[in-house]
Amino acid sequence: MDLIEKIKNRDFRTASRLIRDFEDDVSSARDILKDIYPHTGKAHIVGITGMPGAGKSTIIGELIRRYRIDNKRVGALLVDPTSPFSGGAILGDRIRMQRHFEDSNVFIRSLAARGALGGLSRAVGDSIHVLDAMGNDAVIIETVGTGQQEVDIVNYAHTVAVVLVPGMGDDVQVMKAGLLEIADIFVINKADDDSARKLRLSLMSLVDSGSPIRRPVKPLIAAVGNISNNELYNQGLDQLYRHINAHRNYTLENKECLSAMLEKKLFHELDQALKYVITEDIMKSIAEREDCRREIHKLRTRELDPYSIARRLIKIMQHPSGNPNQS
Amino acid sequence: MPYFSNETRKRSKMMTAEWEQRVQDFLDEHPDQKPLWTTISGVDVKRLYTPDDIDELTYENDIGVPGSFPYLRGNHTTGYRSKYWTFRMFSGMGSAEDTNKRWHMLLREGQTGLSTAFDFPTLMGYDTDHPKARGECGKCGVAIDTLEDFMALMKDIPMDRATTSMTINPPATAIWAMYCAVAEKRGVPLSRIGGTIQNDMLKEFIAQKTFMCPPAPSVRLISDTIEFAAQHVPRWNPISISGYHIREAGSTAVQELAFTLRDGIEYVQDVIERKGMDVDSFAPRLSFFFNAHIDFFEEICKLRAARRMWSRIMKERFKAKNPRSCWMRFHTQTAGCSLTAQQPYNNVVRTAIEALAAVLGGTQSLHTNSLDEVLCLPSEHAVEIALRTQQIIAEESGAANTIDPLGGAYFIESLTNELEEKAWQYIQTIDDAGGMIQAIEKGYPQMEIAKASYDFQRQIDSQEKVMVGVNKYKTSNELAVPLVEIDDRIEEEQIKRLQEFRRKRNSRGAARSLESLREACKTGENVMPCCIEAVKSHATLGEICDVYRDVFGEYADPGLF
Amino acid sequence: MTERKIRILLAKPGLDGHDRGIRVLACAFRDAGFEVIYTGCHQTPEQIANTALQEDVDLVGLSCLSGAHRYLFAKVVELLRESGGEDIKVIGGGIIPEHDFTVLRDAGIQAVFTPGSTLDSIVQWVRDNVKTSKRQ
Ligand SMILES: Nc1nc2c(ncn2[C@@H]2O[C@H](COP(=O)(O)OP(=O)(O)OP(=O)(O)O)[C@@H](O)[C@H]2O)c(=O)[nH]1
Ligand SMILES: [Mg+2]
Repeated sequence: MDLIEKIKNRDFRTASRLIRDFEDDVSSARDILKDIYPHTGKAHIVGITGMPGAGKSTIIGELIRRYRIDNKRVGALLVDPTSPFSGGAILGDRIRMQRHFEDSNVFIRSLAARGALGGLSRAVGDSIHVLDAMGNDAVIIETVGTGQQEVDIVNYAHTVAVVLVPGMGDDVQVMKAGLLEIADIFVINKADDDSARKLRLSLMSLVDSGSPIRRPVKPLIAAVGNISNNELYNQGLDQLYRHINAHRNYTLENKECLSAMLEKKLFHELDQALKYVITEDIMKSIAEREDCRREIHKLRTRELDPYSIARRLIKIMQHPSGNPNQS
Repeated sequence: MPYFSNETRKRSKMMTAEWEQRVQDFLDEHPDQKPLWTTISGVDVKRLYTPDDIDELTYENDIGVPGSFPYLRGNHTTGYRSKYWTFRMFSGMGSAEDTNKRWHMLLREGQTGLSTAFDFPTLMGYDTDHPKARGECGKCGVAIDTLEDFMALMKDIPMDRATTSMTINPPATAIWAMYCAVAEKRGVPLSRIGGTIQNDMLKEFIAQKTFMCPPAPSVRLISDTIEFAAQHVPRWNPISISGYHIREAGSTAVQELAFTLRDGIEYVQDVIERKGMDVDSFAPRLSFFFNAHIDFFEEICKLRAARRMWSRIMKERFKAKNPRSCWMRFHTQTAGCSLTAQQPYNNVVRTAIEALAAVLGGTQSLHTNSLDEVLCLPSEHAVEIALRTQQIIAEESGAANTIDPLGGAYFIESLTNELEEKAWQYIQTIDDAGGMIQAIEKGYPQMEIAKASYDFQRQIDSQEKVMVGVNKYKTSNELAVPLVEIDDRIEEEQIKRLQEFRRKRNSRGAARSLESLREACKTGENVMPCCIEAVKSHATLGEICDVYRDVFGEYADPGLF
Repeated sequence: MTERKIRILLAKPGLDGHDRGIRVLACAFRDAGFEVIYTGCHQTPEQIANTALQEDVDLVGLSCLSGAHRYLFAKVVELLRESGGEDIKVIGGGIIPEHDFTVLRDAGIQAVFTPGSTLDSIVQWVRDNVKTSKRQ
């Protein structure tokens, strides 16, 4: 069986290996993406983000359970930060989804962010395609939203849920604007008391006033409550699950909104690919070519500025052995 | 009033200053062997302690005499002269019959109290035939599924005289119910039986990870047992609030002290709030359980500090009036984690030092580890040496001659104060977090311990701390120790026995009793009477725990880092 | 980047909860630059094998202090072999008597570490035994 067939048949090891190759930046993996891409575009991609410890993984475990009750297949990508000191990581999200470890309709994969700055690493974007091609009806992505940079999730997901905990620096007045902007759904977690009600009220007035929200649809609010209150927590999650599906249905029915969103996503993907092809591919070969190194020298001697050099380098690369001035 | 007279303080300051000068001179030629001198938990230790170090103490409030507040020097007015601590060796292995045999051996050899180790399926509330129990039966303790097993365990044990301690946590209600049911069958009234169930769930979430239901309902079940003991089983300790496992999980001495006492506070508060009971009606039956680690003085001070702190907590925080409420009665076990698989005979020495620390710290009950405990279940010979260690300390060494022989020593009192102060800070942090359950949900104590144990391991790896035979003085040809092994066939036999038991019983009666237990769980009525009914109707341990899991939900390892 | 990151699953099969050793090891692996997936206590062999496949780890580290290691460790190896994970290495730790070492090795457990093994020696074992060159 070839690799694509295996992935479509939910061979977990094959899928996971391919993701590993994206993480490790194995060049042949990008070629495989060529064959995978046509099989993608079917999954609903849900981003779950929020401050560290907000309860995201626990919520995802519960969402998976609901998808399974509806007989849907689910993939989850759990992105955790890497230690800036050692480059290592302890990936601990998966542990909250234990009840799904033996379900062949649930594929869970942890991913270390590996210090990708300014957004999610490219491996995340590529891996989503793998999970999509596996025939998952939903692909859930967990990312930590600590600051402006991590709001990148909005470029990958159809629906973004932001998990907030009252009193944990998650009060609207002090909250990072970035997280507020990207939410399709606000989730109020870990509290069912006054603080939760207050947060809900301020979110409601925020949603009504329309700023600083930048999503095409007015965000919904789900109050999940506290896990120690089993019954309420379950009701809250039911509501969140309904909201996610409602948001999906709304965007699917509302053509304008849908195409705006998809366009944005595709442009982002293209943007990433462009940067990759240009910077990484070209930078690699630059080191090996004498003519390119001569250009770099001009930078050192201040003969030319970096932008001019960059343009010249691109030209050089288009001429396998030539010099831009000769053409 | 200051502890020392002005005259003494003045002279002491002067002499200390002179001595420090001489030390400096000497050090130029003979530098110290290492730059840092700390206890095993990382508390700095000075070269010398003097009256200056305990100057802030007031004699009546901080020291006093044994048998009165603040109980620093002991609960009992007469010390060990009227009664040594209880020699209580933890044991359990294989089937109920095997363990019963070991118990009779220990009683013959002079042990004064029984203590039960259960195997992991029993500890986790699973019957032996549960899929998760595969491979575990009888391995680290005795397997108990049914009342029948329990009767075999207690065969010919005088239940009206011998006290039995049972290390059991999530299924504590079920096991205690079996004990009560067997006593009733033998015609021993509940008011006559004595013993302890460990029944401390908070330390499971913090350290030992033998958990079943989430923290809040777990604490509720504990309050049920405390209430039931106060009303019907007055000689029973319904809980043993344990620092032992917290320390074994890698905590420091201060963390052990602080988290254990804070757990105690949590339980007391819950009983008062949930049951509306007066603190003095149940507090005297609360018992504690500490670790005796290898740092001799730190351990002595930890135990002394624990007694003083608890009496302060009871008096000041809970306004207890009964002096017995202020007693911290505790059992001690020498530190399993201090023993080494390398050169195992050295463990006899470690255990002796640790046991002596426990005695000098004033323990009421003691288990000494066997030299082979890191390798396997203890052999009969190794258990005997461990028991003899206690007898030597009690009857040869003279350590029991006088009460709190180290009391008043500058270093001892100073370190006792320091441990206490540091522990109060932890307690304050947990109070600020909203209590122990909230702190556990945030992973606070778990992560503090994880940090401490990683630090310690790195100090061992770098030889900053020494473990003889492990990172220093290693030998290549080691003396082998004869090992005890549990036959895998025990599992098959136990399963056969269990299934036979289920086949023979009146299953409708068992099911009915489990239904009333479920009702009690839901309504908040005390579960103990239903539990006793259930075991008498031949419901199994696993079936009782299934009811709990069903009603209260299951708790999974949060694996926080 | 010419080296690939080592990915390791650490889990405790069986019912005992003594996770001090495995948690310390998780920290040591992280500090050695490895990616550790930690799934904690009370895992069934099935859960462990499935996770190993889904996470494409190079190595599974098991810890058991209850004495049930013979059954549990071997079961994990068996399940991995059945489901196409035969190349995933399995190591074990805990209170394991020496005469069980060969039993475990025969069952496919590649190394056994007992109390007293230094963290460095375990990290070194991983470096020596897990290939880090990239797949092409
Ligand atoms: N009190 C309370 N605790 C919760 C709730 N939900 C989750 N937790 C606990 O909070 C801790 C963190 O939960 P996770 O689900 O791992 O949170 P997370 O946002 O995925 O965390 P990171 O991935 O580390 O950023 C765990 O100990 C959970 O048990 C809740 O509703 N109430
Ligand atoms: Mg998470």
